[in-house]
Amino acid sequence: MIIPKLAIRNMLGAGAKTWLNAAVLSMAYVTIIWAQGLYNGFDAEVSRTMIDAEYGGGQYWVEGYDPYDPFTLQDAHAVPAAPLQIRIDAGKATPILIVQGTIYPGGRILPILLKGIEPGQSLLSIPTGALGTSGADIPALVGSRMAKTGGLAARDTVTVRWRDARGAFDARDLQIVEVMKTIAQSIDEGQVWLPIATLREMAAMPGQATIVVTAKDSAPTAAVPGWSFQSLGVLLKDIMDIVKGKTVGASVLYAILLFLAALAILNTQLLSIWRRRKEIGTMMALGVTRGRVIGLFTFEGALNGVFAAIVGALWGIPLLAYFAVHGLSFGANQGDSFGIAMSDKMYPAYSAALVLGTTVLVFLITTIISYLPARKIGKLNPTDALQGRMT
Amino acid sequence: MENGTIIRTTDLVKIYPMGEQSITALQDVNLTFGRGEFAGLVGPSGSGKTTLLNILGSLDAPTRGSAEVLGLRVEALPHKKAAELRNRHIGFIFQTFNLLPVYTVFENVEFPLLLLGMATAARRKAVMDALEWVHLADRAKSRPNQLSGGQSQRVAIARAVVKKPELVLADEPTANLDAENSHHILHTMENINRELRTTFLFSTHDDKVIGHLRRKITLVDGRVAKDEPGAGR
Repeated sequence: MIIPKLAIRNMLGAGAKTWLNAAVLSMAYVTIIWAQGLYNGFDAEVSRTMIDAEYGGGQYWVEGYDPYDPFTLQDAHAVPAAPLQIRIDAGKATPILIVQGTIYPGGRILPILLKGIEPGQSLLSIPTGALGTSGADIPALVGSRMAKTGGLAARDTVTVRWRDARGAFDARDLQIVEVMKTIAQSIDEGQVWLPIATLREMAAMPGQATIVVTAKDSAPTAAVPGWSFQSLGVLLKDIMDIVKGKTVGASVLYAILLFLAALAILNTQLLSIWRRRKEIGTMMALGVTRGRVIGLFTFEGALNGVFAAIVGALWGIPLLAYFAVHGLSFGANQGDSFGIAMSDKMYPAYSAALVLGTTVLVFLITTIISYLPARKIGKLNPTDALQGRMT
Repeated sequence: MENGTIIRTTDLVKIYPMGEQSITALQDVNLTFGRGEFAGLVGPSGSGKTTLLNILGSLDAPTRGSAEVLGLRVEALPHKKAAELRNRHIGFIFQTFNLLPVYTVFENVEFPLLLLGMATAARRKAVMDALEWVHLADRAKSRPNQLSGGQSQRVAIARAVVKKPELVLADEPTANLDAENSHHILHTMENINRELRTTFLFSTHDDKVIGHLRRKITLVDGRVAKDEPGAGR
């Protein structure tokens, strides 16, 4: 236990120099936790938003439905199978019918998806209530992005054209009853929401749906013939892949910060060994073995990591807590440029694993970086060291 | 080694390679020192005094010949054993004091005892006793940069003798001190030598030190030119 005791004594004895090093290292340490926490928060918020607005507890897709292939929509509709209907009736699921269509706002042609949904549903955070109370012939709900693209506003009327189940084209006017604000682009861009009963009648698809969204935290029913269950893992995969892609940027920042911190430690250690060579010689003359001197310098270097954690905790905890509570604003609609559901304010999420993992990583790196120059002591001749020479 | 002998060198040679040439620092040195001696190696700069002291302190190894210290052959000692010999049995006093700068006076003197693993209470007592010997008990909490040269060297003496070693090697211990401090320090070392029967071996060309030696060995060009009784009592 002599090495830790001497190392702590040396570090504390060095006074301001030690705390200055710790302060510099703590900046990298806190920034790493902050940046990773921000991405964790980002990740959690995107998942939460998509679950609330679109995915629920998972979706059943009618056979043949492929969200990436609009041509499948022509045939992707069916009356929900009995097990699904039971869940719908119990309020544990809600059906959505998807039909391709075109709107003509201001003389322009905009291909869209018409989505039929129960106005009274409460499983998804879509303000569908307006669809049931407007009294319009064909009430429609659009997101703010769709409204912007189409130049639409509440109470506007726009012509919609679609093809029904029999292959016949028809066109009518629909009325925008509400423009909803949502951060989930996937329920907004290029979509018009109608009451499902209206859309079923328009498309001649009585009682039919394309997907059935289940309630959050509900267990999937055993295999339903004609319908395939898409778990949240599957549904969120694309989004998580995008988030992961964004996280690569954070990892580069992470690596740069760690590299700078490591460089600072390496520089401190090299300077320390050079400046304290006479002290090293004295220690050897007093009977400290080379191995112990190497251990002492390595331990001192590693203590930089510990002190950085202490200093980082002092100023970092209040700062990180502030961001966790008040969030960090990126400006309005910045999330759209990311291509995923992201609110204007991000709330970092710091897990114990993140804090502990970063602490261990910083400690390991400082230890390794401290050991490398300390090895030089092993080759040091005590008589040269006593005279302040390096061999 | 016969009774009372703690150092014996036999045909000791130390050669330093300097590029293609070499410098002979010690040539056929044969010396014996007994327990409780107060002896000094004297001679001009470059005569081999410090080299011999370093070899006897197991900080360096001879090129040829043998140096036996407390029954151990220095030239055959592995690093760890040499460190153990220094830690347990040898105290060093340097010209430039070599105090550890971030430690207090107490911690500097305590350092060799920490390495020995001595219990806290015994360690504290030994340190305070050593500081009493050198009259610096009241400066235990001071740092080296708060001490004068004479006080620093007295701390170094306390550090060298705190573990009550058989041998203390002092390399030009008064070179950086004025006459009054030199006298004080030599007096302190003589007292310790008498009270603890510690062998003191100096390397010096300072007349003040030479005047206190009970045995004076003159080195010239790495050879023992004279080995004679000194003027010390």
